[in-house]
Amino acid sequence: MNPELGQLALILALLLAALQCALPIIGAWRGSKPLMATAPTLAIGQLVFIALAYGILTWAFWTNDFSVAYVAQNSNLSLPWFYKLSAVWGAHEGSLLLWMLILNVWSVAIVVFGGKLPEAFFSRVIGVLGFVSFGFLLYMITTSNPFLRLMPAPPNGADLNPVLQDPGLVFHPPLLYMGYVGFSVAFAFAIASLLGGELKSTWVRWSRPWTNAAWAFLTVGIVAGSAWAYYELGWGGWWFWDPVENASFMPWLIGAALIHAQAITDKRDGLRAWTLLLSIFAFAFSLLGTFLVRSGLLTSVHAFAFAPARGVFILVYLAVVVGGSLLLYALRAPKVTGGKSFALASRETMMLVGNLMLTVACAMVMLGTLYPLVGEALNIGRISVGPPYFGPLFLILMTPLVLALPFGPLSHWGKADLKVWRNALIRIVALAVAAGIAGFIVGARTWYELLGVAAATWVIAGVALFAIKRWREAPRGKRYPFEMLGMMLAHFGVGVFIAGAILTRSMSVEQDVSMKPGASVHVGAYDFRFNGVAETPGPNYTAQQGTVVITRNGKPVVTLHPQKRTYVGGQVQTEAAIQAGVFRDLYVSLGDPIGPSTGSGQDVGAWSLRVYDKPFVRWIWGGGVCMMLGGFVVILDKRFRLKRAVEPETVRPTPEPEAPRKLAEGEA
Amino acid sequence: MNEVASKPVTRFVPLIVFAALVAFFVVGLVWNQTHDARFVPSPLIDKPAPAFRLPRLEHPTQFLTKADMLGKPYLINVFASWCYACGDEHPTLMAYRDKFGIPLIGYDYKDAPQDARAWLQRHGDPYHEVITDQSGNTSLDFGIYGAPETYLIDAKGIIRYKHIGPLTPEVIAKDLEPKIRALEQEGST
Repeated sequence: MNPELGQLALILALLLAALQCALPIIGAWRGSKPLMATAPTLAIGQLVFIALAYGILTWAFWTNDFSVAYVAQNSNLSLPWFYKLSAVWGAHEGSLLLWMLILNVWSVAIVVFGGKLPEAFFSRVIGVLGFVSFGFLLYMITTSNPFLRLMPAPPNGADLNPVLQDPGLVFHPPLLYMGYVGFSVAFAFAIASLLGGELKSTWVRWSRPWTNAAWAFLTVGIVAGSAWAYYELGWGGWWFWDPVENASFMPWLIGAALIHAQAITDKRDGLRAWTLLLSIFAFAFSLLGTFLVRSGLLTSVHAFAFAPARGVFILVYLAVVVGGSLLLYALRAPKVTGGKSFALASRETMMLVGNLMLTVACAMVMLGTLYPLVGEALNIGRISVGPPYFGPLFLILMTPLVLALPFGPLSHWGKADLKVWRNALIRIVALAVAAGIAGFIVGARTWYELLGVAAATWVIAGVALFAIKRWREAPRGKRYPFEMLGMMLAHFGVGVFIAGAILTRSMSVEQDVSMKPGASVHVGAYDFRFNGVAETPGPNYTAQQGTVVITRNGKPVVTLHPQKRTYVGGQVQTEAAIQAGVFRDLYVSLGDPIGPSTGSGQDVGAWSLRVYDKPFVRWIWGGGVCMMLGGFVVILDKRFRLKRAVEPETVRPTPEPEAPRKLAEGEA
Repeated sequence: MNEVASKPVTRFVPLIVFAALVAFFVVGLVWNQTHDARFVPSPLIDKPAPAFRLPRLEHPTQFLTKADMLGKPYLINVFASWCYACGDEHPTLMAYRDKFGIPLIGYDYKDAPQDARAWLQRHGDPYHEVITDQSGNTSLDFGIYGAPETYLIDAKGIIRYKHIGPLTPEVIAKDLEPKIRALEQEGST
């Protein structure tokens, strides 16, 4: 198909986005039903054109149409078919197109599932999403067009960045984008409520399932990215505090805070202004993440020099979205702070502690991440601060959160019940200490390990006590509504994550060794024997493949084949070989050849290898997966099923006789 | 917090803070176009370098001290395996290591030695000697606040020049090279 058609589809989508932004919002403002009624059609129409553009770009990859510059830069004749499909989002332009596709899918999801929202509110939400979409499309068409032609077309493409040729990275960006874009829904709800001057905070309940879904997607996206780094970078690390990771971590932190703030606003009507601000900032950080990562601006403002239009557009767009939202907030935020009052030892206080720590942690990460960029912009030198800055500060900030975490669910809304507190505290402390002692008996020796075991137990014991409390106190059938179940699952995930992160760090045995074929090395309780390296062909690379036989007390455990791949473009990529297990991973990656590959001499066939024994490393991602499941389970709660709004929700007396839209199936 | 009317002014605070940040960034970018402000007076310039004693990367039981280096000028380049800007700087160091004419000492900053070794193995080692400061204690004496940074120290152990951020061929040609040549002049007279 013709790439110019894709270009045309984008332009048509841009026009529809402009209409989608203007018509429903004007309609809601003037109380005009015909104008408001355009919202669903415009959203669906825009999705059609974006999907068309996306399909055309995918087709260009599928058919090796190297006359499209973007395809020529990111594909190759010998690229396996599944990477051809994922190469669509392999670089800046295509990943923006994927972003747009997902944004439009979310918009249409609101059209489908939000049919029972008050019509004016619904129209404003769709209008705000139209505005977001308009900005992105304008950016794509003016600065980052994926359909640019390359004349004459080269016979073969440059190949997809080999770093991205991994199953982990096939799914990582779409999942992250589901999360980023998902926050645009919470944002649209918040802005719609400000535009409409909502006095009540019912909108918060409507937006909660969307926020939870977005956060859950973001969580699993980050987990996939972390697992990929572990497999592919050959360093055995799972988190590097690098700018790209931080860009996804900041909206995650704000999103976690937002989930809890929304719960308070929904149930207690408090923190309305705070929830509004978090909704705005969760999306602002998502925008920052999307733009800066793939445009290269995050690591250096030099990218501004290469593509000044992009840099300026991004700054202006961010300033308009965030500045405009904050201006709207200043003018229209609830004039009366509401909410029920609460005592010091109440659930609200615990959740506020968590909120405070999460937002401060986000500010800390932002400062460290943008430090080199700001330093360079102000010409005082671009320097990185790195893990020595992030690690300790994050640990310090998360300590109060972890301490407060069990007591949030266990204490009451509003009032302080000190008896509950005392009982819970005694049990949790006892269990954490017992776990620490048990850990010592099993063989944990460093303070770090003992504290890790105790902290994880602290959190998990809190979840267990809460489960027991509900079992005893709540009537059968109402013991664990989905909202509560999701919370417990996510909190349990936090405990598992803590255990994994801390134990891996302190118990891992890592060795860099240079080995001749036949040599052995003893790491942890295992013997690793190196049987040399042989060349193995792959579809678009040739690999040096090592063979390492692992034994324990002379009994064979597993044979691993780490690879060092040289891709057709000449890039070299490490492919670690890992024996994964619940309690430990055995990890081998190939370094560099030390001696000649053939001939005679004592170094023949010798390679440097990294050999790791990494206990509990899977728990890090296991914890993340629990958090994700928690986020999704919450959505199932009966509480969030939309009833038809009977009363008008807005201050403005817009006439709202509710004609239920036809699209509301799937509302089970 | 029951039904208290919040003062309208407080609702403008987020907007004002955000506007200030944007203004700061824009002014910085524009200023940057017209001024060369890369001169950061360091309080340590023309002061004696702190007395350091740090383990060598390749032989962790051996130490390099300030006293060992007295008698000839040398460069200290702060780097770390986790530092992204150092990756950008690295090719420049590889190209210039032999053109400086004086020793280039790598200062591995708050980094695990095995990570640093792997990093140097992967990218190439531009240094004549690498010392490690895992705890970052000595870095406080030097006033290092991130990586990369580069110090020029003369034969008497006095800091003569400091550059924050990656060295580039332009910076070397304009600032560092003349300073090194000037030191050589001093040494020969």
